[in-house]
Amino acid sequence: MKKFSRILIANRGEIALRILRAAKELDIETVAVYSKADQDSLHLEYADETICIGPGPSLQSYLDVPKIISAAEITDVDAIHPGYGFLAENAHFAEVCKSCHIEFIGPSVEAIRLLGDKGKARELARKVGIPCVPGSQGVLQSEKEATDLARELGYPVLIKAVAGGGGRGMRIAHNDVSLASGYMQARVEAETSFNNPDVYLEKLIEKPRHVEIQILADQKGDVVHLGERDCSLQRRHQKMIEESPSPGLPTETRDAMGEAAKKIARAAGYSNAGTVEFLLDRGGKFYFIEVNTRIQVEHPVTEMVTGIDLIKEQIRIASGEPLGYKQADIQMRGAAIECRINAEDPSQKFKPSPGLVTRFQAPGGFGVRVESHLYAGYTVPPYYDSMIGKLIVHQRTREEAIAVMRRALDELRIEGIATNIQLAKDIFRHFHFVRGKVNTGFIEEYFMG
Amino acid sequence: MDLSKIKDLKDLEALLDLMGRYGLAEVELEGDGQRVRLRKTEAPVARPEALGLYPLAAAPAQVAGEQVVDASGSPPAQAPSNLEEVTSPLVGTFYRASSPEAEPFVKAGDSVGAEDVLCIIEAMKVMNEVPAVLAGIVREILVKNGESVEFGQPLFRIEVE
Repeated sequence: MKKFSRILIANRGEIALRILRAAKELDIETVAVYSKADQDSLHLEYADETICIGPGPSLQSYLDVPKIISAAEITDVDAIHPGYGFLAENAHFAEVCKSCHIEFIGPSVEAIRLLGDKGKARELARKVGIPCVPGSQGVLQSEKEATDLARELGYPVLIKAVAGGGGRGMRIAHNDVSLASGYMQARVEAETSFNNPDVYLEKLIEKPRHVEIQILADQKGDVVHLGERDCSLQRRHQKMIEESPSPGLPTETRDAMGEAAKKIARAAGYSNAGTVEFLLDRGGKFYFIEVNTRIQVEHPVTEMVTGIDLIKEQIRIASGEPLGYKQADIQMRGAAIECRINAEDPSQKFKPSPGLVTRFQAPGGFGVRVESHLYAGYTVPPYYDSMIGKLIVHQRTREEAIAVMRRALDELRIEGIATNIQLAKDIFRHFHFVRGKVNTGFIEEYFMG
Repeated sequence: MDLSKIKDLKDLEALLDLMGRYGLAEVELEGDGQRVRLRKTEAPVARPEALGLYPLAAAPAQVAGEQVVDASGSPPAQAPSNLEEVTSPLVGTFYRASSPEAEPFVKAGDSVGAEDVLCIIEAMKVMNEVPAVLAGIVREILVKNGESVEFGQPLFRIEVE
């Protein structure tokens, strides 16, 4: 077991700042890599060393493995934290880190590879007896197989890329005709986007709730779950609002999902932080979807209700430390809700809105947490994801959390760029959301997203 | 020619037109406390400094390596105001030669062509040769042998023709 003395943050924006804070608190030196477009990024000011690794475009900077590894070598770091997105679930990158004797803060190369293949992950879930969304046994071998199976399952169905995930590489088919064309198109798109044309089939669960379980596992194989996050508020499969606990989720269901999540983690030899995603149908039954082998955007929600700093746990676990606690030690308190703040214009079909932020006023108060790299005078670059911050609230009850979130959203001021703040305010006043009766189609249905 | 009357682009364009018509590469006019110098350069990227007004009682030029015009009014010494920087295209370790025993690729004062190798940047055990991209004379070497460099870091200053 070796304590890290220096880690490299292979990411940008709010998560880079988040990781930097955790490292500092653990007395670990930080190396921040950045693209030219990010040279005025906030966390650079706080990092012990900064290295410019390339021009703005991600392919030439944050996704460029040799540049990142090279930066890690010349700054002599012990480990790299990949954050989320970019190279966080890139097995090849994790492998290169390993061969360069740099610790990759995340699961093993094998676990990333196995669970990164969404088809294999499903097979594994089945094998250990976890309920999966009804669908194909493995990869679809032909259009005929797809059609036969679709008829058996009953339309509508979902064609999904095995190398996809995170809402990408999915197509709905409502009948034989759309299945035939959808199957072909899905394969072409998967080949183009993920270099792997393989697809599998799932029955489309109508108006589901998306509930995921956070897990933590150490390198010895001890696993705990840290409860669920309900991420049903999505627009085009991109999450916007997440909360814990999932409103109205029965304790037995939570426990069963938690156990299922731990089961698949153990079966995959998983270590570090991960998230096991499920869908809940209208009857309250849960079905396994996929595993995300990384820290997630919405991790603060779990941190608030459990009191556990997940980024620090990631670092600790990666340096070889044991978990140090058991499932019975995990306590959930109160209700936490997170709202993602994006630089996008809802009136222009959510077109990204990069540009100069002329004013940034973060809300404060009891139980209010802001995770953002924004500051007045900062220019949001056009090359990256439009998320510019997260607003998280934690209170004793969901009702109180909603009241605090409304107040916090009112207090939040961002000027100079368009944001989804007004949409967020509208959602937090919508009676369906307030009653906890939303599903993944909510935003599209009520706000024409 | 009354240089104080050259106030805007139209006047400069008239001068440029003249240059074109007579096939001139460079024109320099001086008088009335003003100096105008227009130089046609073959460089692929148009440089703003190649087309400029150098009033003698001038504020110092901000471009690195540019000669500051003497405020006393005497014509400046023949100094390079056309220094281009070669920046690092990679993250890695800078080496001036192909191996510890070898001679450096370039020294100050060497003339280089666009294809000539200036240095090596080692990244992940791969030795990447960095070409000059510009043609000219190496004037300054800004990094020490064995030093770590990041993307965009200035490595050399080359005086271009």
